[in-house]
Amino acid sequence: MTVSKTTWQYAPALESTKVEIKPSYSLFIDGAFREAKSSRTFSTINPANEAHLAQIAEADAADVNSAVVAARKALKTWRRAPALERAKYLYRIARRIQERARELAVLETMDNGKPIRETRDEDIPLAAAHFFHHAGWCDKLRWAHGTADGRTPEPIGVCGQIIPWNYPLLMAAWKIAPALACGNTVVLKPAETTSLTALRLAEILQEVDLPRGVVNIITGAGETGRELVAHPDVDKIAFTGSTEVGRAIASSTAGTRKRLTLELGGKSPNIIFADAAIDQAIEGIVSAIWVNQGQVCCAGSRLLVEESVADEVIEKLTMRMRTIRVGDPLDKNTDVGAINSRAQLDRIERFIKTGIAEGAQRNEDATASLPAKGFWCRPCFFTGVQPAHTIAREEIFGPVLAVMTFRTPDEAIARANNTMYGLSAGVWTSRGSKAYEMARQIKAGVIWCNTFNQFDPAAPFGGYRESGFGREGGRSGLSAYLA
Amino acid sequence: MSERSEITKTWKLFIGGGYPRSESGRVAPVKDISDRAGAKALAYTAQASRKDLRDAVESARAAQEKWAASSGYLRGQIIYRLAELLDGRREELVAAVRMSGRVGRTKARTEVEMGIDRTLSFAGWCDKLDSVVGGRNNVAGPFHCFSQIEATGVVAIFAPEEYSLIGFLSLALPALAAGCTIVAMPSSAEPIPALIVAECAPSADIPAGVLNVLTGLPSELVPVAAAHRDIDAIVAAVEPGLAKILQLGIAENLKRVRLVDPKAAFLDEFAWTGPSSFASVTEVKTIWHTIGV
Repeated sequence: MTVSKTTWQYAPALESTKVEIKPSYSLFIDGAFREAKSSRTFSTINPANEAHLAQIAEADAADVNSAVVAARKALKTWRRAPALERAKYLYRIARRIQERARELAVLETMDNGKPIRETRDEDIPLAAAHFFHHAGWCDKLRWAHGTADGRTPEPIGVCGQIIPWNYPLLMAAWKIAPALACGNTVVLKPAETTSLTALRLAEILQEVDLPRGVVNIITGAGETGRELVAHPDVDKIAFTGSTEVGRAIASSTAGTRKRLTLELGGKSPNIIFADAAIDQAIEGIVSAIWVNQGQVCCAGSRLLVEESVADEVIEKLTMRMRTIRVGDPLDKNTDVGAINSRAQLDRIERFIKTGIAEGAQRNEDATASLPAKGFWCRPCFFTGVQPAHTIAREEIFGPVLAVMTFRTPDEAIARANNTMYGLSAGVWTSRGSKAYEMARQIKAGVIWCNTFNQFDPAAPFGGYRESGFGREGGRSGLSAYLA
Repeated sequence: MSERSEITKTWKLFIGGGYPRSESGRVAPVKDISDRAGAKALAYTAQASRKDLRDAVESARAAQEKWAASSGYLRGQIIYRLAELLDGRREELVAAVRMSGRVGRTKARTEVEMGIDRTLSFAGWCDKLDSVVGGRNNVAGPFHCFSQIEATGVVAIFAPEEYSLIGFLSLALPALAAGCTIVAMPSSAEPIPALIVAECAPSADIPAGVLNVLTGLPSELVPVAAAHRDIDAIVAAVEPGLAKILQLGIAENLKRVRLVDPKAAFLDEFAWTGPSSFASVTEVKTIWHTIGV
């Protein structure tokens, strides 16, 4: 069977919702948008065409301090607010996200580069769901994990939250919703390449009349984040991002009374047994490594295939890869959009070069055309990969899959666990007992059996080992915000 | 000589189910702090070196997978057996808690009795942790999704200087019940109660390597444990200077560090027997399985 690329072409199906973007954005502190004391700004661009979108204020130490002071002041009344009153704000935020969903989806796609299909169907609905879920926790904290000791749980206080660029609004929701439900106040710093939806969320917080100072959103890059982590009046740091930065944060907070939760990198195995429904597993591989251009902390970036079906899986995966549409993220038919930044694209390309240099073979659809401007990387997978290869060990954070084989379940487990990370894993088999045995033995915080990259506010998410500590979502996630 | 003189015991380390001396050959006296003259050694303990700590971590690692995979029912019975054995050595434990002269007979007796009861309490946690902390997650999709509670792995414990029995047990028992294997450093001033626990361990059928006890100086052993890349978690009731060294160790391998106030009220039942005592020694694993496809 051959796949003809020329016979049928999709007509462009561009998302037509127009989104207003202001020329510049200031910081959201104490309930109002304020110019940064630093007077510094930076540009945010659309990674799909490198067009300038807006100037964003860069918070310095004085701005961080203003935000922390506002959060500290707001904490007094917010933590004592009747639980159901707090809940009402969270429910309203959820509703307003749902009502402004399309606008948020388009804005997210423009700022991040990910396909509109994902922002529309995953990022934004899940962000709303996260607020809705946690709204319901506000008056039930006595039954939250870790605090069922007979005590009334207390909030931790002022939470500094630093989030990545791969799921900008969703990560903001993951951080803010549980913090607020537990009675904490927040200073949130979005990633410097994706500030726009967090600032839209600030507008929503104004719309719902959230008391001023309960959530403060300060924009900036690593330096702003360091100032927030180092601020002496922050009680807790919650960070999602690279393991490297997570280590630096852990060192910076050592010797302080700051609480810490870290959601870091991964090199997650996706294991295909011969008795799996192979066609279904192929779709699972696609959603494990090529969704969001592979810029997912829990991406299934190591494919482990049982040797007897390796040829079949690789052949089918090759065919499937040819049908993936790379291009304009605002096109509803696009499967893979733009890489978030030039820096990230450079990083991915370095890994691809290293993979080739170390002797693995890259498989890609070389005939697929890429747009002239913007940051693009074709989805690819490497065969001939050895466990010691760089691309089999290090997190790439791109649409690059390393394929390896195994013969027995024991070998699959040994290979799966042969990593310093432990965020997620996929297991594909039609035998339930085998799936659960694998799930038991793999050292990872989330195991997907016959599926991959599923998220839900009710399901705790987080890593073992060097993928960080603490959980987000569900009852376990609340303990990160309760003292 | 008409009176029989006592045999002054030299207590050894407990590593991999055996009782070696420190490879360094060092020993330290246990003294009565209320004895102003302070010269008389009541007993001697081995003083563990960094090499002893590394050996103990190796033993703990080797025993970890099997202990974690054992049923909660089995671990519960083993910890119950430990409580039985400790109860049989109650008087000896009281004497050991009193030995350094920190507390009198009544307080020592209370601590020992509560410590034994706390052991009993954690015997009952082994098969209930999943039900209390984990459970089914009601997700919006065709999935069976649940979270189960697993052992973090190899745990280093630095017990408080005071509450030499119940402080030690309060930090070690959650890890043991959860399926972790342990390298425990007891109170340096009052190490004997923890060493009695170590002597009971084999008779309680605690498998070799699951519990290791190293007497020694926290100032020597804390930096080694903090930097050790095969320790998954540390639970410590140490002073702030040592606590910071442990926190800096997070950067090594993202080990979990739970710091406990060394002056905490370890006799408080609520604070030390609830699910929050499993912080840092357990991991939540969320498992999804498709429904209908």
